[in-house]
Amino acid sequence: MLQTAANPHADSRRVAGHALTDAYRFMLRARLLDDKFAALYRAGKIHGGVFLGRGQEALSAAIGVSLEKSDVFAPLIRDAAGRLAFGETILDAVRTYLGSALGPMRGRDGNVHRGRPQAGLLPMISHLGAMISVVNGVLFARRMKGLSSVVGVACLGEGATSTGSFHEALNQAAVEKLPLVLVVANNQFAYSTPNARQFACADLTDKAAGYGVTAHSVDATDLAACLETVGAAIARARAGHGPQLVVAELLRLCGHGEHDDAGYIPPALKKSALGRDCLKVTEDFLLAQKLADAAQLGVWRSEAIREIEDAVALAQREPTPNPFTEKWSALASGHLDELREET
Amino acid sequence: MSITYLDAIREAQAHALRDDPRVFIYGQDVGAFGGAFKATKNLAQEFPGRVLDAPISEDAMVGLAVGAAIEGLRPIVEMQFADFSVVGFNQIVNQAATLFWRTQVPCPITVRLPFGGTSGAGPFHSQTPETIYAHYPGLVVLTPATVEDAYSMLLEAVAIDDPVIFCEHKFLYRHLKAEKLPTEALPVGKARIAREGRDLTVVAYSAMVHDALEAATELSAEGWEIEVVDLRSVKPLDTDTIIASVARTGKLLAVGEAWPWGGVTAEVIARVTSEGFNLLDAPPQRLNAKDTPVPFHPNLWAAHRPTVRSIAAAARKILRS
Repeated sequence: MLQTAANPHADSRRVAGHALTDAYRFMLRARLLDDKFAALYRAGKIHGGVFLGRGQEALSAAIGVSLEKSDVFAPLIRDAAGRLAFGETILDAVRTYLGSALGPMRGRDGNVHRGRPQAGLLPMISHLGAMISVVNGVLFARRMKGLSSVVGVACLGEGATSTGSFHEALNQAAVEKLPLVLVVANNQFAYSTPNARQFACADLTDKAAGYGVTAHSVDATDLAACLETVGAAIARARAGHGPQLVVAELLRLCGHGEHDDAGYIPPALKKSALGRDCLKVTEDFLLAQKLADAAQLGVWRSEAIREIEDAVALAQREPTPNPFTEKWSALASGHLDELREET
Repeated sequence: MSITYLDAIREAQAHALRDDPRVFIYGQDVGAFGGAFKATKNLAQEFPGRVLDAPISEDAMVGLAVGAAIEGLRPIVEMQFADFSVVGFNQIVNQAATLFWRTQVPCPITVRLPFGGTSGAGPFHSQTPETIYAHYPGLVVLTPATVEDAYSMLLEAVAIDDPVIFCEHKFLYRHLKAEKLPTEALPVGKARIAREGRDLTVVAYSAMVHDALEAATELSAEGWEIEVVDLRSVKPLDTDTIIASVARTGKLLAVGEAWPWGGVTAEVIARVTSEGFNLLDAPPQRLNAKDTPVPFHPNLWAAHRPTVRSIAAAARKILRS
């Protein structure tokens, strides 16, 4: 049985104005934060890669604002907006990218591989699809402890739907009837691989029926549609209707990482409706609906820039990890360390 | 009363479930059926909702355990055979093993691996993959050789705040018996002198300890006194106990059922030669399985792995050198 609660033409008028402006501000902060990381990367101030969420902010922010602080969130590489909306600070992001010893990963891991598991924000590993079953485990444990009404969101791209981990974990969530919401950002390219070389079903929502889960689809260039669809999927999971699959259509408006010029994206696709910049679309919508005026947008922008600049200035002054005082131990059980390193 | 190695594993899990509400068991057929080897027999009935069948999804099984561990639970994952654990390898080595180091949040999961050869099991139900797990930082790898250790080390594995790969030998399951369960035990990380001797140190672990002990008995008839060290835990590896033994005997043979390239026996030899070279009176040797998949037919199987005869032969060669 195909269960589809898809609503590709969500009625923007049903989303309250303040919800739109709240989500927009997370989108804006994420975009400006990403722009700052890109600039720092070009200036040689960031070790390792930089991965931007340009074009995915509406979807990502909609996830973050739809979750409660007691929920569980496993973002992927393009979810700065969702992270901020879920409660991650700009400073955590900046410290991780700049390798501050005071950041949540303390230089042991970097860039997008950050999180605070005990606050429900799971730090992604690079293996796609691998975070889904971990979210399942958190939800499973919460249920075992008698905590109800908790939802877990795992984010992935369309490329991750080809992995075995995706299949195993979505099936597992369905078997256990867990309140999992799987949000697939179909940005048309997995690194450089186009959808035609990634999957052969007509639409990724087709996959849901095979797992016995409900599918939703949404135009991710439309913030109101994202808020409505993602919000509905999360509400359904919270109400006990089991796992939900949200497939969001968008175009990645940047390379896979800042090292990638994305020359493989056809210009026609960039000019299509899919290639609209969700941030610009949202700004136009807020102005047209008189939910904010240009002056207000400018204030929000300069507030966000100040916050980002302050965080960067602070993190740049902070200590970097010290290899001589670093505890070179991967075990929580110190007594089981072999401590056989050369001195 | 007689307790098998398998009973000990079942009893340790019952004990853990009884004493600690954070413990649950997740694996294929572990529920009402009681597991492919009956290591969870009746546990689902005794502990409703805490011994759960998993879909055939080793990756997702371990991933779920990691998520539950983040929430403070103490999952035990049963792999139906150690050979299948490689399907969950990514979650074990990249998710579970890195979590504490990356985030300071412990990952107390126990992954039980029924491992090792039994005649007729063939290439995909006989493997001993302890080496690949020991290679990754962030994992504890245990290889109990006795009924007592199967019990006490599994209880300790559940209590350890890190991911533990618990390698339980299928050949020992019903073959090995003890009179009662232990009330005290050596801690994880300490090797055990299984037999004292002065002429040669044989380091072994898991089922090979028993073959080594039998070989030692055979050699004692020829006047040789063989010391047998049971590693118990391959990571951490108790180098001190091994070196102390080699200091007494001056000669070393490391025996493992695993394949020869790299691995536990190579690690033992490397440590003894680098830290105790001056203690050696003869070149240290090691004995492993042949470098092929594990064969099905008993004629081939018995020749593939070290045996009492091949251990004794290798020992004689060192003793006469």
